[in-house]
Amino acid sequence: MTRVTEKTLKTDRMILNFGPQHPSTHGTLRIIMELDGETVTKATPEIGYLHSGFEKLGEDLDFNQYITITDRMNYLSPLCNNVAYALAAEKLMELEVSKRTEYIRVLMCELSRIADHLLSVGMLAVDLGAMTAFLYGFRVREDIYDLFEIATGTRLTTSYTLVGGLMRDIPEGFDKAVLKVLDEVNEVANDIETLLNKNRIWHDRTKNIGIISKEDAISYGISGPMARAAGLDWDIRVNEPYSSYEEFDFDVTIALNGDVFDRYLVRMEEIRQSIRICRQSLEKMPSGDVIVDPGLGYSLPPKDEVYNSIEGLIYHFEVTMPNRGMVPPVGEAYMPTESPNGELGFYIVSDGKRTPYRVRTRPPSLINYSIFSKLIEGHMLSDAPAILGSINIIAGELDR
Amino acid sequence: MLLEQTLSKMKERFPDAIIDTSEFAGEQILHVKSQHILTVLTTLKADGYNFLADLTAIDNLTLGGYERFAVVYHLLCHQTAERLTVKAYVPEEKASLPSVESLWKTADWQEREVFDLFGIIFEGHPNLIRIMNPDDYEGHPLRKDYPRLGRKERDDFPVIERGIQKKKRPE
Repeated sequence: MTRVTEKTLKTDRMILNFGPQHPSTHGTLRIIMELDGETVTKATPEIGYLHSGFEKLGEDLDFNQYITITDRMNYLSPLCNNVAYALAAEKLMELEVSKRTEYIRVLMCELSRIADHLLSVGMLAVDLGAMTAFLYGFRVREDIYDLFEIATGTRLTTSYTLVGGLMRDIPEGFDKAVLKVLDEVNEVANDIETLLNKNRIWHDRTKNIGIISKEDAISYGISGPMARAAGLDWDIRVNEPYSSYEEFDFDVTIALNGDVFDRYLVRMEEIRQSIRICRQSLEKMPSGDVIVDPGLGYSLPPKDEVYNSIEGLIYHFEVTMPNRGMVPPVGEAYMPTESPNGELGFYIVSDGKRTPYRVRTRPPSLINYSIFSKLIEGHMLSDAPAILGSINIIAGELDR
Repeated sequence: MLLEQTLSKMKERFPDAIIDTSEFAGEQILHVKSQHILTVLTTLKADGYNFLADLTAIDNLTLGGYERFAVVYHLLCHQTAERLTVKAYVPEEKASLPSVESLWKTADWQEREVFDLFGIIFEGHPNLIRIMNPDDYEGHPLRKDYPRLGRKERDDFPVIERGIQKKKRPE
């Protein structure tokens, strides 16, 4: 009999296939990992399982039709996508929207940022075994989705914006409903932080895991909460304000270590800052129209006019018929916005026709995910869900 | 500030690399010959454009341009919050240009995406394989001569028969 020691034990590298259908991938992504024991020595992400050709489709849909496609990209915060695309189209056409439109857009963006962050933190927690934090977050997220339903008519596929404004105004009494939900969100954020911030297991699972340095963040094009957790003081809402963000008073959250724990802290603090922005936008909400004057051929007339007057009906057809409608100038525009995951940009090239010539989405999920193989190297296999959860990959946006 | 300085300086420094500059909707665009793109972007990075926000391509088949393809780089300077668009023109017959993966790691996946969807080769890229479509896919879907409904790829999916075989209906 010989005793088995580390020297006599025969070890070999093992290839592990993680995904494409695994509960902690939250979507269809596949990672091929090379394991040495339980340590990941190499990880190669494979993507494209949800590639749906949105960009090709965009060349065939007109500017307002494509807004329904943007819902399907980041399906955790569809309103941010709607707003980003509308802003890019407005930049291309040099349209000015009303102040009320801008404020409602800010309100909706921040509400979806809260919903996105709550889910992202919750998913990170549930993957690491903290079920309660996830359930707390999910319950109040449901209330936010009810708000979206009140304002837009649907929970997920909101399609709320139009080029030049919004589909409709927020209903009466909406501000009271929002304020009630914001109070709940505040309480839930306190609860989640009480559960996790001083939790020993949480610290062990998240601290010093997946550290991104500031230089790497810039080199890999990381943006949003991930970059801010790595110490990069950059928020498009502050540095390149759009949609009247310069009129709101809020703080940019940064952390210095760049690990999973810091990304969690940044997201939690951003929820609180978003609550502040929502309250301010309700307080200062200007009055007025939510759509630019529909004499330009850009937007549909109100439904009352379409159904009750011949002029309205004619105008409706003038906008929707294939050889009519808006005529954008020949040119191109890139509009960066701060989505919950990072810099979401739409790049529209127009050849002066009814449909855009090329629509490119700058997907924060894809670009933030590209650093994954570097982050996981040398960590344990059980850290993979932690890092994946902290990147917050949305497969719809990843593959488009 | 940086933007104006850069544009005038670039024209002097690379007279044969820069084709033109233009402006649209408040954005400055630098049109560059594709073989010089690496030197131009290295200089721009040293000048302060430290962040490659986006890398994509346009097929100029019906739009018109200097060449068939334009590879578009959206640069950002974190210090002054100024953006600059650089367009490199790639001819159809020799659709290749130098990779900028050595400058920004983010170019790795984005160049793979452009290669996959447009068929533009990036010289010096460490791992230029398809990213969205499967490896045995033919064609480059975002080219303008690729039909929107595809080339009947869905019709030739192999049928895998497994499990209980269905009985044929008596006729």
